[in-house]
Formats: sequence, structure tokens, C-alpha cells
Amino acid sequence: MRVPLEWLREYCDLHMDAHTLAQRLALTGTEVERVEHHGVSELEHFVVGHVLERRKHPDADRLSVCMVDTGGSAAAQIVCGAPNVAAGQTVAVARPGAVMPDGTRLRRAKLRGIESQGMILSERELQISDEHTGIMVLEQAHAPGTPLADVAPIATDVLVLEVTPNRPDCLSIYGVAREAAAATGAQLRAAPWDYDPGSLGELHGIEVLNEAGDELCPRFTARIFDGLRVGPSPLWLKARLMACGQRPISNVVDITNYVMLLTGQPMHAFDRERITGGRLTVRPALDGELLATLDGQQRTLSASMVVIADAEGATSAAGVMGGGRSEVSEQTTSIVSEAATWNGPNIHATSQALGLRSEASSRFEKGLAAEQTLWAQAVATRLFQDLCEARVRPGTLDIGAPPAPPLEIHLRDARIERLLGMVIPRARCRELLETIGFDASDGGDGLDVTVPDFRRADVTREADLIEEVARLAGLERLPATLPARRAAVGRLTAAQRLRRRLEDTLAAQGLHEIVGWSFAAVEQAARLLEQHPAVELANPMSSEQSRMRTSLLGSLLDAAARNRARGATRIGLFESGAVYLPDPDGPSGVAREPHHLAALVSGPVRPPSWREQHPPQADFFAVKGLLGAVLESAGIAWQLVAGAERPFLHPGRAATVEVAGASVGWLGEIHPRVAGDWDLDEAVAAFELDLSTIDPPGPQAFTDLVSFPAVREDLAIVVPESLPAGELVAVIATAGGPLLQASEIFDVFRDEQRLGAGLKSVAVRLSFRAGDRTLTDEEVARQRNLIVVAVENQLGGRLRDAG
Amino acid sequence: MSVTDRIEQLEREAQAAAAAAASTVAIEELRVRYLGRRAELPNLLRDVAQLPTDQRGAVGSAANRARKEIEALLERRAGELAVAELEARLRSERVDVTLPGDPLPAIGRLHLITQTRREIEDVFIGLGFNVAEGPEIESVHYNFDALNHDPQHPARAWTDTFYVTDEVLLRTHTSPMQVRAMERTPPPLYLIVPGRVYRRDSDVTHTPQFHQVEGLAVDEDITLADLKGTLLEFARAIFGAEREVRLRPHFFPFTEPSVEVDVSCFACSGGLAAGGERCGICKGTGWLEILGSGMVDPNVLAGVAANGYDPERVQGFAFGMGIERIAMLKHGVSDLRLFYDNDVRFLEQFA
Ligand SMILES: [Zn+2]
Repeated sequence: MRVPLEWLREYCDLHMDAHTLAQRLALTGTEVERVEHHGVSELEHFVVGHVLERRKHPDADRLSVCMVDTGGSAAAQIVCGAPNVAAGQTVAVARPGAVMPDGTRLRRAKLRGIESQGMILSERELQISDEHTGIMVLEQAHAPGTPLADVAPIATDVLVLEVTPNRPDCLSIYGVAREAAAATGAQLRAAPWDYDPGSLGELHGIEVLNEAGDELCPRFTARIFDGLRVGPSPLWLKARLMACGQRPISNVVDITNYVMLLTGQPMHAFDRERITGGRLTVRPALDGELLATLDGQQRTLSASMVVIADAEGATSAAGVMGGGRSEVSEQTTSIVSEAATWNGPNIHATSQALGLRSEASSRFEKGLAAEQTLWAQAVATRLFQDLCEARVRPGTLDIGAPPAPPLEIHLRDARIERLLGMVIPRARCRELLETIGFDASDGGDGLDVTVPDFRRADVTREADLIEEVARLAGLERLPATLPARRAAVGRLTAAQRLRRRLEDTLAAQGLHEIVGWSFAAVEQAARLLEQHPAVELANPMSSEQSRMRTSLLGSLLDAAARNRARGATRIGLFESGAVYLPDPDGPSGVAREPHHLAALVSGPVRPPSWREQHPPQADFFAVKGLLGAVLESAGIAWQLVAGAERPFLHPGRAATVEVAGASVGWLGEIHPRVAGDWDLDEAVAAFELDLSTIDPPGPQAFTDLVSFPAVREDLAIVVPESLPAGELVAVIATAGGPLLQASEIFDVFRDEQRLGAGLKSVAVRLSFRAGDRTLTDEEVARQRNLIVVAVENQLGGRLRDAG
Repeated sequence: MSVTDRIEQLEREAQAAAAAAASTVAIEELRVRYLGRRAELPNLLRDVAQLPTDQRGAVGSAANRARKEIEALLERRAGELAVAELEARLRSERVDVTLPGDPLPAIGRLHLITQTRREIEDVFIGLGFNVAEGPEIESVHYNFDALNHDPQHPARAWTDTFYVTDEVLLRTHTSPMQVRAMERTPPPLYLIVPGRVYRRDSDVTHTPQFHQVEGLAVDEDITLADLKGTLLEFARAIFGAEREVRLRPHFFPFTEPSVEVDVSCFACSGGLAAGGERCGICKGTGWLEILGSGMVDPNVLAGVAANGYDPERVQGFAFGMGIERIAMLKHGVSDLRLFYDNDVRFLEQFA
């Protein structure tokens, strides 16, 4: 909503500049997006001129050379291109040095060899209208040299407001004036509709039928004006429309727009002689009914919309836009002025369906008060009389439901204090409410408040009234306190702390966290060689983002590929976030959203240096080491089981991650075909865990490792190549009994000549310890022997050598 | 040659050899040669008993003296050589100290969104709030209806909101958790809800996915002043101890009264930067808009009245802020899309 300050001042006695006003409005609930200036910004050098003489330019057919009295000692010679310039006119002149509204500075100039000392201005050059076929001729003969701003509307500040949807009353100049008065304490002047030159009662000359019902059309009013003369609007009216962002057209159309801007009530003028059959019917549109709207488009209507029709069919889409057929033209002499109330939701739906938002529909869709229709008729009547020489017929057509009884709300003093934490005295509340149009009277423990019609949709409860007094009393006075707590303490849950710990460890290991899109492309499943169902969006913004991701791998591969393309060689990324798995038992019957943690590495595990030009490439074991670091940092015991049934993994380098005997995710190298599809041609290794399946570990019990130190022994065991090292370790662990605290593989050695074909030597470091004594050599030897025997009997393994 | 002559000869030989020895290794060899188990001098000493009685004393003492002499000599000489050898080794171990050191794997970073989210979480945990998350795929009921949005609210439009079905959507704010939490837990309730939200919008200042933190405090006597105090603590924790907050009345369907909260600009004083020019961060206003909030609307409470939320008995405040917005303000990030580009050169800037 654009509010020219010059116009606002007509209704509110403001003694402050636009910026101060903007701030006061912002702090009382009317958001000011910005303050603009419309028209001339530096008033100097813009003056009234009298054209003393006009002659033809000797060297240019279209130019004339004028002598203009601009109040100086000598007349100014001005070259002018307008066809309508003539001696005797009073005109607007910009002298050299003037800054035009578009920012250019006017200089003395020679036009086709003749000096021009300024410029005679058109309406467009002053931003009063779009008119540029000729210069602007002032009707009154003001003295030459009079500052132009004193006699013509050439400059105003404009507040550009962002009106919240609950306040359609502020989509009007007078509504904003009400707020401005309350916000600043300035005097609010009488409403422009307080004086109505028209009359109520029966109106002859038009018949209106409401077939749509009171629900869709709660009120319909009309008046008739005869003897009307269509022509241009006066400068002041044009300038106000322009400052509000509307293009002047003709006095009749301009008046309907002006009335809407002033009162908030859209209205429409029909050429009465072009209403076929002399009767208007408000009715639902027919499915497929066509309407040529004023913007020159052919619209197809449907039965949910409401039209105003005459005997020939629809003439306008009610509350949205008029039709071309009954438009006012230069020949029009009699009009029907219509101001109606429409059903907000219905107008919203219609405007959405037609893809057509107008100044009218954007007001109606928020729900206007029925009483506004007569405000509009009153203001319009005065203007049609004054500006179009029209005669108003007696009477007003007024059909619709009887007005609802006024709404009364009791506002308790104590409730105000309890909700705000601040006292606003009752007298002050009353004063504030009355400024914005409410009636208030003392009633026991508070005020009895009557809500004005134009706030009826918004203010229905005590809390709503408290908001009104709070915002106007000034929230800057509100103290800053903390809640007086009865209960409740704040802490992270164990699961939240676990998640933070795992993320921190990944970052400490040199990986960067990414935040990927929750969306995935349809093709992503195929690129990952998968066929999982996913949650599909009904209205995605693009096919790239048309479904919800079912794993974090796609996000990581996308980020890895992008960074690789931008020159990164060492890739280490992770993401911690939800995935979306179709599940009718989910919170909304569509999906569950487990929180996953995934990491991806590729390229050298360390940055190369002059001492190590080719560090090892990240692979299965690099990411396995990473997983171990991450889980162990949180005290989570884990193990890998060969194979993962993930088609996107290298079939020989894939494993399932198990915690407490249950699968919690996968780990492996990405299948080269999948990685290649993301243009990643080196090995890419990754893991993904479903954190919702991992229980945060409880507190760890203390172990005394100092009083009775451990004894270490190394064993090199020759076993078949096919035996997984994990199985060997498992046999050792069982055979070693409780005294064996740890067994760790530290070497794998292959040598066909020294070991034999198909065999490998696995070196294991054993650590024996008892909690209550120092182990003797004999005890250790006994355990070691048990291990050797078990390995031999169960796995066919043998000690590689005695030493 | 007499035995004592031989002893003197051995001693002279040993002295000459020790003087000629060039390394501690050579000294070790001399020690074996002259004093080892099979060497001549110790054998002479061992054989003293077989000598005639009158010679025993003289030979014995001469041999003993010679052995001690040689021992001391070798010890001294070994010490000298060891010093020289260490000096030589240190000379040979000289390095070019200007070559680069070994690169350690750089520490990675949490994403700026996570860093900011945790910072916000920690402030509110300190103020006694718990942290909860809710479903991102949400029902129209929780996202709009239960939050007092009227059926025509423009945010419901398919042009603005992602839908899965007519009744299920991607949540447009973290606010639906307000209602879910109140259904689950009776008052008093102090909760923040960080998480992803979605809107159909994409440009420099909008991405279809972004992050919010919702806050909710419901108790018997929570006031608007408490909201101001809580957010003042928050603003000071995040933007600096000097900050002030300002409440501007606004409109949200699920709060009444509703306010937008501004924090005083951390980059300037009253809109003017240090050089006197207009501050670019707050656009010269001196204030930064950081969140929307208000007192929980009685209609929202009435919907969960059965769980102890009778709007005549309990009341509370709610707020919602954009994590990216806080991060952008705090770190001067100019383009929202950078958060989702995941370029390492962006990610590693924030520690
Ligand atoms: Zn600033």
C-alpha cells in the first residue's frame, strides 16, 4: 500500500517528517517497507511561467521558440517541442539548474542553434500523469515566478506499507490516517464519508437481483448519476493516483480508483446505457462461461465464481475485475456506481483460479466490512458531482443481509497485566481504543468495548484487544524479565549428545560437514542402482528435486563431485540429517524420518608433501578406520560383517555395520560404475549409519590398568588365505579366556616359497591381564598354548616359527 | 725379555694404539685386545702364581698398574672420541629448516548451519529449554489448522508449499511441533525445536529448504515481558553483550499479540558506521530484524486444552527464527544459496 504523505495530511494533523512517522508506525504495528519520494525532489527552479510569445523555430518544424515570463527581470527564451504551447498560457517551467524527477539536471542548451533557458513541462515530466502529448497548462493564472510547488501537486513523500492480511482497513488512506493518529497522538479529522450529498431510500433506473445469495454477496449497493461529462481529472487527483502507483484514465474511472484508495472499498462504474436489459444479476458463473476482462484478456469462468451479468451475459467477474462491455467511455453520460461486499475466501479462490490479482481482489479477499460500501458511495457521489458535473438520482439501491449486531468484548485490567507483564491504566486503554474507532466504557473490573465493523474480522476476543492496547501504548516501555520458573530444566537428551559427539569426531578427523538437499531427483535411485520407493512431491519445483531422499549418499556424492570439479583432490565430507522412508505408520501416515550419519572419503588420505609425494589413497580400510574412530569416540562397540546388499557398493569391498548384534548401516567402497556416474574416477569409500538404531551407551565402569600391568605376546599364525582374519581373532578370543584382554592384528604376510601356496601369516599381538594379580610366566604360557591348540584344531593354523 | 719388560712394552703399545685410534669402535677393539679375557696382560696376571716367589710381587704389581693405566687411558680416549663423534653426527644431520613441515590432516568443520544451530541450542538450554525435533513431512492439520491459519491463508497454496498429498505437506515452519509437544507433555513446557523447513521459493534470499528454530514456553504466568527478556538474553549471547532488543507489533495467525523482534545492530551505532557513513548491515536503521514471535494464541491452546492447556489458566510465548538468517547476519554471508552449495572453500571458513 502506497500512502502519499500529502494525501494523508488531509486527514491527520501530522507535524513530523516521513521518516519519523514511518518509525512511529513501525513501532505500533504498521510495517513501513520504505519511504519514497514521488515527483520533484528539489523544488528550487520549478516556477510558474506566462507564455508571452510563441514563434516557429527557424530550423525545425516541430519546435517553437517561446518568450516566457518566469518572474525574472527579463523574459526567458525557451525552445519547446509541444504542439499545444501558445501565447497567453500559464505553464510550469523548470529553470536551468533544476533537478528533474528522473535525476537529470537541466542546463542552458542550444536546440538547433537557438538557446533555451529552461523547459516548459508536461505532466509526465512532473510525474503527475502519463500525459506527454503536450505541455501542462495551468487553469488559474498564478503570478509568474510563483514557486510551482505552491500551486501544483509536484512533490510528496510516499510511505510504502506492508499491510498484514488481518488489517484490510489499512489498505486505505483514511485507515492509515487512523493508525497514524493513534501512533503519533496527532488529531484525526472527520472521515470523508461523513458528508454524503446522496440519499438513501428507493432508487429508480436499475434493477439488481442477487441469485448468488448473501453468503457470496453479503451486500450490494448502487447509485445512478446522470448528465455526466467524461474528461480528464484535475491535476491534484491525477497526482495522487500516480503517487499511489495508478495510472489516471478519465475522471469517472479515476474517481472509482480514488475512492477505493481513500476508503478501502473497491467500486465499479457501469455505463448505464450499456447495461443490456437495464438489470444486473449477481449469480454464479456457468462452467466454461467466457468473459473479456478490462485488461483485454478472454477469461474462462467456472461455477465456483460469481459474476455480475446483464441480459447479454457476464459483464464482470465480481470483486476481481470488470468486463470491457459495459466500460465507461468518452460518450458515457449516465453511470451506475456499484459498491458491494464479496465473500473473501471465494474472491481469493477466483483470483487464484484466474491467475488474476487486482487492487480490488486483493482487498476483497481479506474480507471487507459491509458498511464500507456506503462510505464509498458517499465519497464518490461528492466527486462525481464536483468533477464530472453529474447529478445524483435520489435513493440508493441497497440489498443484502441485515448487518450483524455490534460485537462487545469485556477487557479485564488484570488480564492485560497478566498477559503483558506491564500495567496500562484503564483510562489510557480507553483513550487508545477510541482513537482507532472502538467504543469503550467502564464495566466493573475493566472496559466494555464495542468493536467497529471494519475491525470485526480481526478483533473477536479479549486477547485481540490486549494486542491493540499493547501496540499503541508502546512496547518499548515493556520491561525485560525472565520467566519465574516453577519447573522444567533444559538439557540435551542422550541421543542428541551422542549425535553431537559423532559429528565432532568426524570433524576432528578432518572431514567437513555438508548440508545437502532433502530432495532427490527421480533418476538418483537408478544412478545408485537401486529401486527403493520414495516419498514423491505432488508439486516439486523441478524434476531434480521431485522426491525425498532415502539415503545421505546422493547428497555426499553430489557435494564430492562438485568439489572435485572445482579442483579439490582430497575429499572428506560428512552429513548428519534425516532421510525419508515411506512408512504408513509414520507421524503423518506417509513416512518415518530416521536421522542418519554418513561420511565419504576419496583421494589421498593425507595431503602430499615433499617427503611423501604419494600418500595412500583412501579406500575401504581408510573409511573403516574412520568408522572405528567415530564409534569408539562415543564408546560404542561395533563390528563389520562382510557383504552389505547395497548395489551401489563394490561387491568385494562392502560390509554391514553391526552394533549390539543388529545392523545399523553399511560401509564400503562405492561401485566404480556409480562413482563414475558422478565423475569420480578414484576410489570413493563411505559409510552410512542409522543413528535411530544406535542406543547411546551408558556410563563405562572403571578398570584398574595400573596396579597389575598387562603382559604382551606376539603370535604369527599361518592360516589358509581364504580364512577371514576376523574369524581367527574370534577363535583366539574364545581360547584366550578372560585373561586375554585384547588381540590385535598388526601384520599380514604372504610368501609362497616360505609359507606355501594359498597360505598367509597373520601376526597377532596378545595382551594378557588379570585384575587381581600380576600374571606369572607360567600362567601366560598356559593361555598362549590353549590359543595355539585351538587355532590348530579349529582352523588348521600353525605357528609360523618359534621366535 | 723379562716379564716386567714385556709389561712395559705392552703398555707402550697400548698407549700408541690408543693415540692412533680414530673412533670409539676402535677403542672398544683395543679394550678387547689389551684387557679382554684372552689378552696377554690379564693372562700374565693370572700366571703370577707360577712365577718364582721372589718375582711374584714385582710382576704382580707391575701388571696391575699397567692394566689400570691402560683402562684409564682407553676410558679417557673413548670419551674424547665420543664427543668428536657426536659433533660430527650433529654436523651431518643439519637440515634445511626452510623446507615445509609435515602437513597434518586439517581439522574439518561443522557446517555453519550446524555451528549456528548448536550455538542457539546452547543458549536456550542455559535458559532452561529442552531441544526437540519433529517430523518434516507433516500433516496440514499440524502445519496450518491447529495453528489457527484460516482456510484461505495464502501460505497454504500449492504455489507456496510443497505437498505430498492433499493432507500431507513438507512443513513450512517448525511451529507444528508446538502443538505436537503440547499434546505430548502437559505444562509447564519450555522447548526449542530446530529443524529443516520448506517453501516453494528460490532466489538469492530464498532456498526451497532452510532451517528454523522454534521456541515455546507455556506456564501459568508467562508474560510478553518474559518473551522480551528471554530474547534479550538470546540476542546478547549471539550478537554481543551490548545488544538491545525492540519489539514491533506484527501479525501471525498463531500468536496474539504478535511481535517482530529487532536486535540493535552489532556493526554500527544507530545506523551510522565508524566512518560516519550509512551502515550496510542494518541499512542505516540501527536495527536488525531477527525473528517473529508472540503470545500463544488462545485458539491454539484451546486445541490442546485436554492436556492441561486451558487458555484461562496457562499462557505462554512462542517464537521462530531462521538459522541461516542469524548466520548470515553474524558472518556477513551475502547469498543464501552458499549454504547448500557445500563448497569446501565456503565450509572451511567457519571454525
Ligand atoms: Zn548497522
